[in-house]
Amino acid sequence: MENSKLIRTENLMKKFPVGKGFFTALRDINLEFDKGEFTGLVGPSGSGKTTLLNIIGALDDPSDGEAYVMNSEVSQLNHGDAAELRNQHLGFIFQTYNLLPVYNVFENVEFPLLLLRLPSKQRRQMVMDALEWVGLTDKVKSKPANLSGGERQRVAIARAMVKKPKIVLADEPTANLDAKNSHNVLKMMVDLNRELKSTFIFATHDEKVIRYLRRKITLEDGKVVEDIAMTSTELNGGSLS
Amino acid sequence: MTVLRLAMRNVLGAGLKTWLNVAVLSLAFVVIVWVQGFYDGVNQQALDAIIDIEYAGGQFWHEEYDKFDPLTLEQSHGKITPDIQKMIDDGNAFPILTTLGAIYPQGRMISVMIKGVQTDQDIIPLPSHVLENGDSGVIPALIGTRMAEAGEIEQGDFITMRWRDANGTFDATDVKIVEIMNTIAPSIDAGQIWIPIEKLREAMQMPDEATVITVRKGYEVKAGEFGAFYFMLPEKLLEDMIKIIEGRDVFWLIMYSLLSGLGLLAIFDTQILAVFRRRKEMGMLMALGMTRREIIGTFTLEGFIQGVFSVIVAFIWGSPLCYWTLKTGFRFGNIKEGGGFAIPTVVYPDYHPTLVFTTIFVLLFFITLVSFWPARRIVKLKPTDALRGRWS
Repeated sequence: MENSKLIRTENLMKKFPVGKGFFTALRDINLEFDKGEFTGLVGPSGSGKTTLLNIIGALDDPSDGEAYVMNSEVSQLNHGDAAELRNQHLGFIFQTYNLLPVYNVFENVEFPLLLLRLPSKQRRQMVMDALEWVGLTDKVKSKPANLSGGERQRVAIARAMVKKPKIVLADEPTANLDAKNSHNVLKMMVDLNRELKSTFIFATHDEKVIRYLRRKITLEDGKVVEDIAMTSTELNGGSLS
Repeated sequence: MTVLRLAMRNVLGAGLKTWLNVAVLSLAFVVIVWVQGFYDGVNQQALDAIIDIEYAGGQFWHEEYDKFDPLTLEQSHGKITPDIQKMIDDGNAFPILTTLGAIYPQGRMISVMIKGVQTDQDIIPLPSHVLENGDSGVIPALIGTRMAEAGEIEQGDFITMRWRDANGTFDATDVKIVEIMNTIAPSIDAGQIWIPIEKLREAMQMPDEATVITVRKGYEVKAGEFGAFYFMLPEKLLEDMIKIIEGRDVFWLIMYSLLSGLGLLAIFDTQILAVFRRRKEMGMLMALGMTRREIIGTFTLEGFIQGVFSVIVAFIWGSPLCYWTLKTGFRFGNIKEGGGFAIPTVVYPDYHPTLVFTTIFVLLFFITLVSFWPARRIVKLKPTDALRGRWS
């Protein structure tokens, strides 16, 4: 596998048992993702976007074929190695934010750094940097329940980005946001992608997201039907600072 | 260390939810220790009461005497030896002669144990001195409230008493109830009638004989010629009772386990539900890169920390309560029957360190277990299923 290819899938298949039969969520997926990509998996509900994202994120195993992430074949990883991969190199952004309700903003963002066992001083600096990227330095002590939807998603982005992961996997990150917040969040991710050179892969069917993509992979019934480079006018944002 | 920090942060971050859990757990701690303390206290006081009221410093028993077999009473009497008589004369012991008989209050026949007691004894708190001033020609008799209730007898009543003398001949006379004593010990009350020993010896034609000789508490019985009598210390005399208590302990252990089980079931439900409800959170923790071991460790430690908090909280509010009941006791009112045991009117709990530490250990272990078990099940889920809050 070439070094520049962070992710590669070969004849990837995923089947889910349904009743006495199977539902094929992914079939013969052959894809490669480079460092610094800003790519969207696009398609209707049930097309296999989230399933592909989950396999790339080592949250699920393929039924057949291979998925290589950071030179590791996902289906060969044991639980500890998969956790290590997610801990070291992956950041997740979920549609429903999935923040820890009992933690405040600072603690939520700090969480992945605790798992990396970084020293306290370094953690604090990194958390404050991440909160600055998403413009939430004034909400450090707020609990998620006291934040708006947009703010919560920004906290989730800060949490995903705080350890500067190689790969960020975002599952419908704007689905619960209004147009203005969606735009702000996407702009922020574009900036982070440019600044940190992290690879962003979205699962989305939101037109607002699609306008920001540099590469669009369209899935239908578990198959890739289109894989095109985009020329987006939205990708001309400024730097993080 | 990370796991401990996260667990502590989760517990403290949960705020009111944590403290509600802690409050319930601390209640379970205190109630179990409190109730068990009273149970142990009742048992200990029952033993102490029997020593004070009946056994004092020990008893000489006639070799044929069996406390639990009234049929032995016909043979279980003998002449008091000079060595024992000296103890009696010195005021360090007093004799009791016992036989079977019957009384006829209001025309009904009630089988009783007739006990002759030395009227001037002060070794046990039996008010035998009231038997010294009987009307001439009528034998004075003393009974307890249980006997009085059973026979519907009142103070001042004349009752016919019948017995068999040493030759097996039936004889009868009237006795006058000079006092009805209130005692916590059924063993000197229920089914018993006390009369002066000299009157019973005369009636039984058993001069200078006794069935039992009770020794003053603190008096040391030295070796001597005791004839048909043998001496037993209170510990030996209490053996049967201790066995009965131990038998009751098994019953109590079952009850204690059932009651604790019900309490623990509530904790189990709360804790299991709390952990299962957080499976989406566990899925998210997996996504963030926590290992299974770390997740199990965090959730298990959360339960343990809540348990430790509840021990501390229980100590804070339970200690004054336990200390207060230790000082004031608990009044049981007019309960008289305790399955043959003396039930003190005021019961003082007995809190053994073993009891406290065992309860702490059992509850902490259980709380930790009911946190560990669901966490262990959930982390076996695929992260995607846990994230969706569903089962595989």
